[in-house]
Amino acid sequence: MVANKIGKHTVKFNNKPEILGTGSVVGVKEGEGPLGKRFDVVLEDDTFNEKTWEKAEIKMLSESILLSMKKAGKTEKEIDAIISGDLLNQLMSASFTARDFDVPFIGIYGACSTMTESMILGSVLVDGGYAENVVSAASSHFCTSERQFRNPLEHGNQRPPAAQWTATASGSVVIGITNKPNIVLTYATLGKVVDPGITDAHQMGAAMAPAALDTIHTHLLDTNREPAYYDLIITGDLGHIGKDILLDMSKNRGIDLEKVHMDCGVILYDEDQDTHSGGSGCGCSASVFAGHIYREILEGKLKKVLLVSTGALLSTTSTMQGDSIPGIAHAIAIEVEDS
Amino acid sequence: MSKKKKQDEQVKKEQAKAYEKYVKQFTPNPKYFSNAIKAFFIGGLVCTAALYLQNLFMAQGMMKKDAATAVTVILVCSAQLLTGIGWFDSIARFAGAGVIVPITGFANSMVSPAMEFKKEGLVLGSGAKLFTLAGPVLVCGISVSVIIGIIHLIIDK
Repeated sequence: MVANKIGKHTVKFNNKPEILGTGSVVGVKEGEGPLGKRFDVVLEDDTFNEKTWEKAEIKMLSESILLSMKKAGKTEKEIDAIISGDLLNQLMSASFTARDFDVPFIGIYGACSTMTESMILGSVLVDGGYAENVVSAASSHFCTSERQFRNPLEHGNQRPPAAQWTATASGSVVIGITNKPNIVLTYATLGKVVDPGITDAHQMGAAMAPAALDTIHTHLLDTNREPAYYDLIITGDLGHIGKDILLDMSKNRGIDLEKVHMDCGVILYDEDQDTHSGGSGCGCSASVFAGHIYREILEGKLKKVLLVSTGALLSTTSTMQGDSIPGIAHAIAIEVEDS
Repeated sequence: MSKKKKQDEQVKKEQAKAYEKYVKQFTPNPKYFSNAIKAFFIGGLVCTAALYLQNLFMAQGMMKKDAATAVTVILVCSAQLLTGIGWFDSIARFAGAGVIVPITGFANSMVSPAMEFKKEGLVLGSGAKLFTLAGPVLVCGISVSVIIGIIHLIIDK
């Protein structure tokens, strides 16, 4: 018998897994953006005093995990698993970060949807009683992903208006259960892969918007909720273009997201920061949630949030072979318990 | 392939096309006109400077061919230097084709991967990646020149 599944693709957490603490570390550009003051650490230099960009990303992820553990008041011994992912081949950043922890590690890849994916898996482990405390984290670095997915940094070129900027950022949350539940993870909706057939690797927002809509719609149907139930439905990195597409498509489906929807990629940068359609990358939704949104919840400005991290599951090979970009989105509901 | 599978694929293709068209209305067009103007003036500036140098060299008694070679070397070296100190990408973001199409763009396309992959070693890092951007251009350019040469040879007979 399946006890915790409701509707089509949604799971209900009955034992109130909570967010005990978060950590966020962002790069220089992200720190100069509108949310600059809402992160725990803003780097003075994107190399983070390391010799390579990859090592810098690893250090950022490691730092955010340590921060979240510190804020949650947990030591390494009390953490049962680290679930984490990034954009690099063979999950380099996540695996090499976990190397320095004496904690079991689960590496996951969901492109930019990784943060929600890891939070869902963490909540499942904690809610099911398989773990006491779990760290869920994700990271991305502009310079590591540029060299893997696009061109060398110093190569002279012009980015098209639809292009997005991979965030140099990492975020981490500690999930556990206490006697006095406060910020609780209540429901999660697992997304399915939706491929609308976009082949232009610069059109990631457009490639992911249908997946985001599908997951949000399924979540609302499964939980029998209206969009207005939430104070905020925040997607991961649709960017300005993807956000417009999502809102237009949702209107056509009879879902009114206009008043409650925002996108992490849209709010991470100012328009004059030359990021074109906005931010992207695993670190985008990870840092915006672990930094800004979590603070809004602590400050009492938000009580019910649906985090929908979105991912474009393309690979460098698939793009070269002319295949289209599959999109995915996972959703997790974060709600403040009435006390 | 069965008929149904073919039909399904056809439907998918049409849906993808319709979605692409739908997406277009949300996507701003690149600023073709202002980009072209910037490229025209900056590109023109590069070429004028090159010609000025060439004339200068020739006035000092250099042969035209030698002067042209010297100017090419200067253009390549300055683009390499600008790439090395991290200015070229900013200039190219503004000037676009104005600095990418001249030989300066070629120099940048060699130096930027060399710098980027230095961390993976001089031989298997920089050495292996040196031609990732310029390589395809060279292969196609040289191939086309050979084909045109052969055609020229046949027609001229």
